[in-house]
Amino acid sequence: MTKNSGNEHLFRYVLALGDDAMVLGQGLSDWCSRGPYLEEDLALANVALDYLGRARMFYDYAAQLEGKGRNEDDLAFFRDSREYRNYLLHELPHGDFAYTMARQLMVDIYSVEYLTALIKSSDETLSAIAQRTLKESQYHLRRSRTWVVRLGDGTEESHRRIQTAFDELWGYTHELFEPDEGEKTLAAEGIAVDCSTIKDAWDRAVNGVLAEATLTRPDEDWAVRGGRKGIHTESLGPMLAEMQYMQRAYPGLEW
Amino acid sequence: MGNFNCDAAELERRFQQRVDDELRIEPKDWMPEKYRKNLIRQISQHAHSEVIGMQPEGCWITRAPTLHRKIVLLAKVQDEGGHGLYLYSAAETLGVSRDEMIERLHNGSAKYASIFNYPSITWADVGIIGWLVDGAAIVNQITLQRTSYGPYARAMVRVCKEESFHQRQGYQSVMALAFGSEEQKAMAQDALDRWWWPSLMMFGPHDAESANSAQSMKWKIKRESNDSLRQRFVDQTVPQAEYLGLRIPDPELKWNESRGHYDFGEIDWDEFNNVVQGNGPCNRQRLAHHVKAHEDGAWVREAVKAYNEKQRARAEAEASAGQHAA
Amino acid sequence: MKETEQIPLYEVFVRSKRGLDHKHVGSLHAGSSEQALEYARDCYTRRSEGSSIWVVKSTDIVASQSDDASSFHDPMDDKPYRHAAHYVLPDPINNM
Repeated sequence: MTKNSGNEHLFRYVLALGDDAMVLGQGLSDWCSRGPYLEEDLALANVALDYLGRARMFYDYAAQLEGKGRNEDDLAFFRDSREYRNYLLHELPHGDFAYTMARQLMVDIYSVEYLTALIKSSDETLSAIAQRTLKESQYHLRRSRTWVVRLGDGTEESHRRIQTAFDELWGYTHELFEPDEGEKTLAAEGIAVDCSTIKDAWDRAVNGVLAEATLTRPDEDWAVRGGRKGIHTESLGPMLAEMQYMQRAYPGLEW
Repeated sequence: MGNFNCDAAELERRFQQRVDDELRIEPKDWMPEKYRKNLIRQISQHAHSEVIGMQPEGCWITRAPTLHRKIVLLAKVQDEGGHGLYLYSAAETLGVSRDEMIERLHNGSAKYASIFNYPSITWADVGIIGWLVDGAAIVNQITLQRTSYGPYARAMVRVCKEESFHQRQGYQSVMALAFGSEEQKAMAQDALDRWWWPSLMMFGPHDAESANSAQSMKWKIKRESNDSLRQRFVDQTVPQAEYLGLRIPDPELKWNESRGHYDFGEIDWDEFNNVVQGNGPCNRQRLAHHVKAHEDGAWVREAVKAYNEKQRARAEAEASAGQHAA
Repeated sequence: MKETEQIPLYEVFVRSKRGLDHKHVGSLHAGSSEQALEYARDCYTRRSEGSSIWVVKSTDIVASQSDDASSFHDPMDDKPYRHAAHYVLPDPINNM
């Protein structure tokens, strides 16, 4: 494998990590002024800011790797949905508060495991990004764990809502543990995380929280996949249309 | 209310003396009931303004044209919410609850700054709001750092530290437009045309026409007159507009050498009153948005309380089970 | 439409990284003391590293009288930190 194709794998890998953070951040930022009470509104905004900052870090690095003179905004605003590589779980609309926190719990447990492993990457930049962002994800996890337990073991209505959320999101979690060829190659080189290796830890952690929250682990028999291949849900199109509107309508300007 | 060592008139006299001596009034100090009500009204309405103000800028977060602008805007709107929090916190020291304040906002008996009843319809509006609306707010808030009620003054000190950053970010955003393409310049000018007069209206009616002004000044809740603050805002903002090459939509605006200030035109008080009374472009929408968020969040707040209650019951059960075992 | 009881109110005290002591910075509503700490981080320190935060349930604070106690305060008034709400606020109050 030539250095170039190695770089191509790495570029696509880092781009994917940037896309994961980008769409999550975009979705969470929509909670601003809509939270269940003011303190929580501010807390959600902070989580959104963390993800947006994370997206910039990954996009910056990806742009460097690509070496074609693109920058973070080019990557965020001028790729259509077929070029976005994020996991489907991250792009779904944020739904009600239970939906948001159920998704966040699963993403946060995943992120903590993933970033802990990514710190060991032989790629210095990825390792540094992982070190900075692990603390954030640990904080996010404290929050989402608290909320899932509170909603699961709160009222009948909150219990119903969060159980429904887990039931509806579960099928989107399978692809989180299925590395594609590029990732496998990079993992073998000690650069990327082999996400199949974190499934057991993730399962244990999620099961623990579900139990404490008096919730049931959903059925395993359905799955929706395609994020890393650019085969997205129908939610991503409208999200990108909204996000990219200004740049597409007024291209090539400074803001 | 128990035995006081002095009568009401004496209490009032000592209170006023304290105010005149520039000593702060703190939550546990005796205060005239009207002072307390006046403050609750002012502080809670200030808080409501910050929170409602999250809407016209917040609606552009998902559409910000760059990642940098998106992050800066989200951080700014979050700050504004945070200011609302400081202010609700200050108001709660006066014996009113958050729930009561929210209820008053929803039933229309508490107001918020009318400026937020205008729509934010282009990206340029976001920068203009940061430059003008925050600029006007800063002029007001700087003087409030010396307001007589301690918790309110301290909240204002914290707010002022953060607010100038917001104004600068807004101005920078407008600069990018004013020095950008023809289309961007036109966008900025159009936004300035729409937001200038509402910004001046933020300072309220002429003092002679303001029912609360005199008493608020006597109690040092308010430190400077509406007109004086408005003049300061105009004086500081005109050069900023000139630097941008943007035209302020007031044909009567001109420097008055003998006064040492800018002369400017008369506000359309019909429009002002109309908006204050609820007939501005966005009044219903702003309130409906807040009501919806609050109602949508009710089951979440109920869940928090239910969970706490369950935890408390469990702890009690364990404690008494422990006692029986022992 | 009043909810039966509020989510508890906590007072927040922050010592900045270079500070010497904790200062009272305000209050917030939270479901638990852990959550109060988290919200305080988000709201009162904007996540600046190295700040130390204390949160205390408002109802747990016991406060002294000011030095003008003899003339200003009800000597029987041992109510906690906040101004006691003696009245229910009446109908719509004037706007500015």
